[in-house]
Amino acid sequence: MKRTTLFFLILVLLMAASCGPRPTPAPTPTPSGPRTLTVMTHDSFDASEEVIAQFEAETGATVKFLKSGDTGAALNQAILSKGAPLADVFYGVDNTFFSRAIQADIFEPYASPVLADIPSELELDPQHRLSPVDFGDVCLNYDKAWFQEKGRTPPATLDDLTKPEMKGLLVVENPATSSPGLSFLVATVGHFGEDGYRDFWAELRDNDVLVTAGWEDAYWGQFSAASDGDRPIVVSYATSPAAEVYFSEGKYTEPPTGNVLGDGACFRQIEFVGILKGTPNRDLAEKWIDFMLSPTFQEDIPLHMWVFPANPQAELPEVFQFAEVPSKPARVSPEDIDQNRERWIEAWTETVLH
Amino acid sequence: METRGQGDKERGRIHLVSLPPLLRVFLYLIPLTFLALFYFYPLFSIFRLSLAPEGQLALTALRGLVSTPYYVRTLWFTLWQAAFSTLLTLLAALPAAYVFARYQFRGKSLLQALTTIPFILQTMVVAAAFTSLLGHRGWVNKILMAIPSATLRAGLGFDRPPINLVHTLVIILLAHVFYNYTIILRMVGGFWANLNPQLEAAARTLGASPWRAFWEVTLPLLRPALIAASLLVFLFDFTSFGVILILGGPRYATLEVEIYRQAVNLFNLPVAAALSLLQIGCTFGLMVTYTRLQKRITVPLQLRPRQITARRPRTRGERWLVGINVTAMILLLVVPLLSLAERSLSTGQPGYSLAYYRELSVNRQSSIFFVPPLLAVRNSLIFAGATVGLALTLGLISAWLLARQQGRLGRLLDPVFMLPLGTSAVTLGFGYIVALARPPLNLRASPVLVPLAHTLVALPFVVRSLLPVIRGIHPHLREAARVLGASSWRVWWEVDLPIVGRALLVGAVFAFTVSLGEFGATVFVARPQMPTMPVVIYRFLGQPGAINYGQALAMSTLLMIVCAVGFLAIERFRYGEIGEF
Repeated sequence: MKRTTLFFLILVLLMAASCGPRPTPAPTPTPSGPRTLTVMTHDSFDASEEVIAQFEAETGATVKFLKSGDTGAALNQAILSKGAPLADVFYGVDNTFFSRAIQADIFEPYASPVLADIPSELELDPQHRLSPVDFGDVCLNYDKAWFQEKGRTPPATLDDLTKPEMKGLLVVENPATSSPGLSFLVATVGHFGEDGYRDFWAELRDNDVLVTAGWEDAYWGQFSAASDGDRPIVVSYATSPAAEVYFSEGKYTEPPTGNVLGDGACFRQIEFVGILKGTPNRDLAEKWIDFMLSPTFQEDIPLHMWVFPANPQAELPEVFQFAEVPSKPARVSPEDIDQNRERWIEAWTETVLH
Repeated sequence: METRGQGDKERGRIHLVSLPPLLRVFLYLIPLTFLALFYFYPLFSIFRLSLAPEGQLALTALRGLVSTPYYVRTLWFTLWQAAFSTLLTLLAALPAAYVFARYQFRGKSLLQALTTIPFILQTMVVAAAFTSLLGHRGWVNKILMAIPSATLRAGLGFDRPPINLVHTLVIILLAHVFYNYTIILRMVGGFWANLNPQLEAAARTLGASPWRAFWEVTLPLLRPALIAASLLVFLFDFTSFGVILILGGPRYATLEVEIYRQAVNLFNLPVAAALSLLQIGCTFGLMVTYTRLQKRITVPLQLRPRQITARRPRTRGERWLVGINVTAMILLLVVPLLSLAERSLSTGQPGYSLAYYRELSVNRQSSIFFVPPLLAVRNSLIFAGATVGLALTLGLISAWLLARQQGRLGRLLDPVFMLPLGTSAVTLGFGYIVALARPPLNLRASPVLVPLAHTLVALPFVVRSLLPVIRGIHPHLREAARVLGASSWRVWWEVDLPIVGRALLVGAVFAFTVSLGEFGATVFVARPQMPTMPVVIYRFLGQPGAINYGQALAMSTLLMIVCAVGFLAIERFRYGEIGEF
């Protein structure tokens, strides 16, 4: 019976342990004493320890990060917690979700003095509820080795994808479940217009385009340059080739993949930060936004998140020489995206999947 | 049929050994409070916000939902693929459950531990394993295309990759069997192991064929565990998400996938809530049917210790039976795991290296989110330990009360305990955000929420593995103890608990698995800074580059090892008094 007793004792102890000490909930409303700034963000957020430590040293506050899923899931949680915010600041709204965020009325205006250094074309909110932090282009990547081996020319424009020799080569993400997937769909709407994008996708369908749920299964599951898959063209980011070099441990001195940068073939995602309504730490939150836009944080962005800093004063790391910038990305306004997103996705689903 | 009638009469007597009413109410309150706080309250909150934002039911957003053939098709697909997957899983795993219950052979515990690992693996990782085996450029295609004779290759159509399972129904079904095989093996096999083999032997002596002895003696005795396990498999397939989304591709959608799309991508909460209600309604309906059915099939059992029931295979036929089953298990369940481990060791250079594993403990970019692998393992184990503790405690109380509750109350409560398994994770996750915002329940961003949410998924496993055994405890045993002067508490402690030991272990294994694999709503809530192994795997999968992918596979391999070691450790308890009696 002793063993039984012991086993049961462990059970009870475990249960007690899991219910026992609860960490102090919610940021403390008193501005005195040690303070915590909570930053809610998406899973792709990353930064250097030293950079965060510098902010903590400057302000005397601790920064806590709440990662809350992909951009959509994180933003929805921020909206659901309106009135009792989970955090002081939210980072990671992009221009495809911009209108949803603004309409939900969860951000407080704050005109950071550092915004003066940021190009005005990245600013989308005249009331400064959301400030631009970084931008990146969703582009097609192709497997250089594959095209070289077959002695074929990689695509240069969107129209190239519908040629017969491109049959069965492309994998894209479903715009209904993926952020780069939606961005690429928006790029095609921007390039071909309301009248033409469905025809383009119908041609892609006839050309045997493969659709995956998200970026991970497209890149790691189907893209021939990164997996056992057999698709040499994928919807990814213009910085992915540079990341391939950086994360190859010296194996590559130049990218194994290339970008398709033709006119309107890419879509520019801009990411924003804002102060959540109802925060008791407004002063700290303001400092955090100034800090995110300052060169110290901005120079930390490229290697951690593989996007470009919004502040042109920030110097880029060497490997970003491989991160190409499309000269003419497709331009579609956030209002347009918000008003038409569902209709475009439905039309796309109708055209490509049925 | 005679024994059954007798059983019914005897089962009625269970009420004789009932508790004082006040204590019973108190005991009921423990699991019910848990469900009320962490299931019903969050669910109610998100439904109220979604369907009645201004306090009044606003159903305009739902108009047209019922009439849309798309949703009817989705519901239909959800149901039939789950039923079909469950049937296939049963067919694949039942022979193995028999072999595991009746025969002793070398490497049995290790094999059993290995077959449970698929349960915890992330779909992305499983997809990688399947692609490297069955993909266009996978092993199977390479082998088939390597047939030496060119004419034979052409004749069979093997001159191009013959197997192409990307985004097909076949791969969905295959993945469901791969994931849920262990539920049948462990729940049915564990129950079977304690059945008295002499009953079947007696039938054989009386002239029954082996098939008839199984059909008329063993199967009726096995039925409670069989149906309970099938039910769990069905519910897992019914709420299938990653498998459908990633392996099945965009043409397939279950209710769970559609709820996720509506809630996360479109932020159409009313439709998401309506579909969630439909999903919960289906689960409840199924459970009510099951509870009624179960009432009729429960028979008092003569349970026997495992040393008596299992033996070494003796005849050539028996050895073949064991051999074929073990080979099938290795091919279906172990080879994909090995292919993952193999890939985590190959860095593109010839030969194998531990480079990706070494890289795991280097914070090259001094990232603030870097987690040393051991810390991730520790975090995972803390959550898993807490989940096992909570789920076993709550599960024991619930199962014990339910076993005694034969009336209407029991028929109503039993399904309630299963509901969390048939509830969309994203709905519940969003419910937590809305509901758990105020003290004392301000748990939205607290690590405590993690084991609580895992327990919701683990609890049905514990209850389902315990109930058939508790219900099957022969009333005579309890009565004898009572007659000898034991209190109800002591009867439970000295009669019930030792007999249910084996089922308790099965429950513990699943609770551990559910938590290690990060099932349930925690995927959709803001995570505290206690990253577990699956969280680390996702972080690596989020960026391009060979090192990131290599590290994701290395971490997955570590997760498999931790999982296997955990199972073997839990199984050690069997050698204590508890598993045997």
